[in-house]
Amino acid sequence: MEFSIFILAIPILSFLILGLCGMKMPHKAAGLLGTTAIATVAILSYIAAAIYFGAGRNDEGLFPTLIPYALQWLPLGNTLSIEMGIMLDPISIMMLIVITTVSLMVHIYSLGYMKGERGFQRYYAFLSLFTFSMLGLVVATNIFQMYVFWELVGVSSYLLIGFYYTKPAAIAASKKAFIVTRFADLFFLIGILIYGYYTETFSFTPTELLLSSAATVLPTALGLMFIGGAGKSAMFPLHIWLPDAMEGPTPVSALIHAATMVVAGVYLVARMFPLFIAYAPEVLHMIAYVGAFTALYAAIVACVQTDIKRVLAFSTISQIAFMMVALGVSLSDDPHKGGLGYMASMFHLFTHAMFKGLLFLGAGAIIHAVHSNEKSHMGGLRKYMPVTHITFLIACLAIAGIPPFAGFFSKDEILAACYNYSPAMGIFMSFVAALTAFYMFRLYYLIFWGKSHYEEELALYTAGKTTHEPHKPHEAPATMTTPLIILAIITCVAGFIPFGKFISSNGHAYDIHIDAAVATTSILLAVAGIVIATIMYAKGDSKITQAINSSMKNIINAAYHRFYMDELWLFVTKKIIFNCISRPIAWFDRHIIDGAMDMLAIVTQKLGNYVRPMQSGNVQSYSVWFLGGALIIILTLIYFA
Amino acid sequence: MNYSQFFSMIPEVSLLAIFVAILIFDLVATGRYRRMFHAMVCLLIIPHVYVCMEFGGKEQTLFGGMYYTNSMIALMKAMLTFGSALVILQAHRWLRSTHTYYKQGEFYILLLSTLVGMYFMLSARHFLLFYIGMELASLPLACLVAFDKYRHHSAEAGIKYVLTSMFASAAMLYGISFLYGTTGTLYFDDMIAGITGSPMQIFAMVMFFSGLGFKISLVPFHLWTADSYQGAPTVVTAYLSVISKGAAVFTLFTILTKVFAPMTAQWQLMLYILIVASITIANLFAIKQTNLKRFMAFSSISQAGYIMLAVIGGTAQGMSSMVYYILVYIVANLAVFGIIETIEHAKEGEIVRDDCNGLYKTNPRLSLLMTLALFSLAGIPPFAGFFSKFFVFMSAFDAGFIVLVFIALINTVISLYYYLLIVKAMYITPNDNPIPHVKCDLFARISLGACLLGIILLGICSFVYIGIDKLTF
Repeated sequence: MEFSIFILAIPILSFLILGLCGMKMPHKAAGLLGTTAIATVAILSYIAAAIYFGAGRNDEGLFPTLIPYALQWLPLGNTLSIEMGIMLDPISIMMLIVITTVSLMVHIYSLGYMKGERGFQRYYAFLSLFTFSMLGLVVATNIFQMYVFWELVGVSSYLLIGFYYTKPAAIAASKKAFIVTRFADLFFLIGILIYGYYTETFSFTPTELLLSSAATVLPTALGLMFIGGAGKSAMFPLHIWLPDAMEGPTPVSALIHAATMVVAGVYLVARMFPLFIAYAPEVLHMIAYVGAFTALYAAIVACVQTDIKRVLAFSTISQIAFMMVALGVSLSDDPHKGGLGYMASMFHLFTHAMFKGLLFLGAGAIIHAVHSNEKSHMGGLRKYMPVTHITFLIACLAIAGIPPFAGFFSKDEILAACYNYSPAMGIFMSFVAALTAFYMFRLYYLIFWGKSHYEEELALYTAGKTTHEPHKPHEAPATMTTPLIILAIITCVAGFIPFGKFISSNGHAYDIHIDAAVATTSILLAVAGIVIATIMYAKGDSKITQAINSSMKNIINAAYHRFYMDELWLFVTKKIIFNCISRPIAWFDRHIIDGAMDMLAIVTQKLGNYVRPMQSGNVQSYSVWFLGGALIIILTLIYFA
Repeated sequence: MNYSQFFSMIPEVSLLAIFVAILIFDLVATGRYRRMFHAMVCLLIIPHVYVCMEFGGKEQTLFGGMYYTNSMIALMKAMLTFGSALVILQAHRWLRSTHTYYKQGEFYILLLSTLVGMYFMLSARHFLLFYIGMELASLPLACLVAFDKYRHHSAEAGIKYVLTSMFASAAMLYGISFLYGTTGTLYFDDMIAGITGSPMQIFAMVMFFSGLGFKISLVPFHLWTADSYQGAPTVVTAYLSVISKGAAVFTLFTILTKVFAPMTAQWQLMLYILIVASITIANLFAIKQTNLKRFMAFSSISQAGYIMLAVIGGTAQGMSSMVYYILVYIVANLAVFGIIETIEHAKEGEIVRDDCNGLYKTNPRLSLLMTLALFSLAGIPPFAGFFSKFFVFMSAFDAGFIVLVFIALINTVISLYYYLLIVKAMYITPNDNPIPHVKCDLFARISLGACLLGIILLGICSFVYIGIDKLTF
């Protein structure tokens, strides 16, 4: 597995080349360079996966954890040191496949989507940087390395959200994303430091001896780490940055804000899962409740958004919350005794990355065609964009949980795990699943069915009422449709992967079996959601829809404004934190700290004048200082040492 | 006497061979062969870095205990050679100028003879051998400082250097004679038994120390520094500030821990005073300087104070952090001096801070490298200087000098201020007539490129430090 170093080396090299000499390259060369690099990495990852899983299980029935590279990076004191390396185990291999696949699709797709954009090379450089950071994050051998790459991921996400740096909204969104996730990362760092201080290691798997001495602080440390994960994975109430992050280019949203970076939090919890189960099960269940609430909240908000990317963003929040819930409801590390959630969560992470990536890329194709994010500019697009339509439909069916598409299988496992935990949790999550089907099909109908915005505009134009000739929507170029088709195929077949054979909470093989009762319920609920969406939206705004809308006006309005969460945050930060904490600190800083610094400067200047004569340029006086200094030292030593 | 022992000193002998080769070449080469002189010297000296590392590392004691070497000493020799190679690379343009062209050979020979002297300083285990090495490393330097003898400043700097050097040397010999008188031996290994910490020995130690303090330019033995640095040709200043200092610091560490181990409390107090004085007073002066070379002189005094932080603990960790600090200091400081040398050539005169105004517009790459080098000197992450300061502070902290580390930290803030003044001048201060674009020659490019790589990579690639840490001392 020594070649695994190339999985990290190639993207960083590609970033350096594109970043340093990208501006001198033609667009096409830069794009192809980035794409080739990531294609190579993807192939290497597939080979690594094939070798790893092909090698089979060891005597204990586990896939062995391989560490092909590990080197000490920074020794801190005698026992603690920060290491950098590569660790391969089932979940990191799975993440490698997810990241490289989606990243490759996004690279290819962007060749068409970003064509002719200013800063095309910069875009590809950032994509490479992001891919590097994300890969480094998942193969981290210890929590500190993970943190380093975690921050790098945050930076590259910031750079990509703010890619259109002339657009004020994009700048604001990038700053918001950075500040919110950074704020959460502060807790993550504190958690890591507590963990490192008490266990005397940053390793994911300390020895029992070290752990037992730190057992009392582990729940706190793990809880703080989860806050960091919640920031990246947009858990309520730290989710506010994700919808705004949609200001970035759409393929970026597909890569970072749907498939890879936002699941870093889930990955973190999964990484620490053995510790959570053994030392902090109550924190784990807390995660489940946070996740369940987030899932519901985001699903409701998604039902009323009009910007299609925002709908997808809230849908992402909701689906990631599903994964968190699945981890949180685990009762033990044995999949047969309540530990099913771990496998379900990873499975859903895998399938979700594929179909959500597909949804975003489809949305990108639509936006590319109609030049707008708003649903009012869409409608009836199925005639004009057949490929996008079919692939989008497949993704919608998958996320709604209709067999045989991938989402059904993974979501079914999550629901089974929830019912196993408590029936209330199961019913709750089933309801959210039904909502998912509803809002996704609402989106689907609004985009592809109903009255065509283009035809209306055209009618107005031919009637001479507007002078502006509407732009006819057209299917995206092949560079964009190919990734859609590939992802659609994966979405169709991924559900049949015997996922439990590769990944389970205790590492032993586990046979996935569909629980008939859970499966039937969830299918029925999903179909119900779809039917309601069909009745309400298939033919444009029907009377029923209007009636419902007017009867629930207040709720819809509140949900449209995301239940005023952003406003609440602004109130908390601007009114409370700024006034009560920041202003006094600012005053202290300006008058006390700066004052002390000014004093230091004045004293320094004054002293400078005093010592000046010492440097007279006169060699005789130099000798006097020399000898005088030596004598003073001698006397000091004789009398004081 | 067994003469084969001479050939066991591989770094010294091979350097002497290079030395002789250059001497002969200087005598016989004429015309177009002479133009290859510089390239030839570089090609000889760069492989020698490898020779030091590869063949000098075997632990051995020669000449009845006068000469000793091990892997750490070999690494130190290799580092000094590497630094000298960087300096020689940077010297090309200056050596081609009309005033120095005809005595090009002398420059190499003088420089390499000081290097041989430093080798003996590092390996000496006997005070006489040490003293000879020290003199060999000092006297030719006086010639080098006065190399531009037609320039008044250079001649003045030379005479100041040689006078102070003699003074320091005399003080040191005086100290050594007292040590001999009280212990009856000059071997390091034997002397330790006779060290008791009596007032006489304290006197001897401080006198001895002042000689090395002169080379390291610690306050109050530093007063020659500013004048000599300013007046000397820039490449020589560069050499003085890193190579000569590095050798002296390493030797000092060895002698303090090997010979004066029974007097640890005394020399720790002495170093404590000198560190605080050096860092603080040098910072006070540095803020006021506008002449860039003079400024770098004070910067180097305060850097010497930081290096001493690694010595004060006297631990193995201190040793590795010191060697690492010197390595990082070599690349960062030589980058700064290389740039000063380059722009000096464009301006044809001494560089003051205002000359840097608007440099970024005409020389973006040089400005960027200068910025990185200054950041590294100031200790800003993620550049190498941050890590070297970190390790040095950590070693002093672990040895229990918490207040001292705190004082040093405050001084880092002050030093950040004056380093940033130059950065500000280059990027922010507007200037209608900045120094025009300068093209570096190939040799300077190689040297500056190596410095750049060092500044960026030495810190991030932690195996450098860990590798040093694993060497035996």
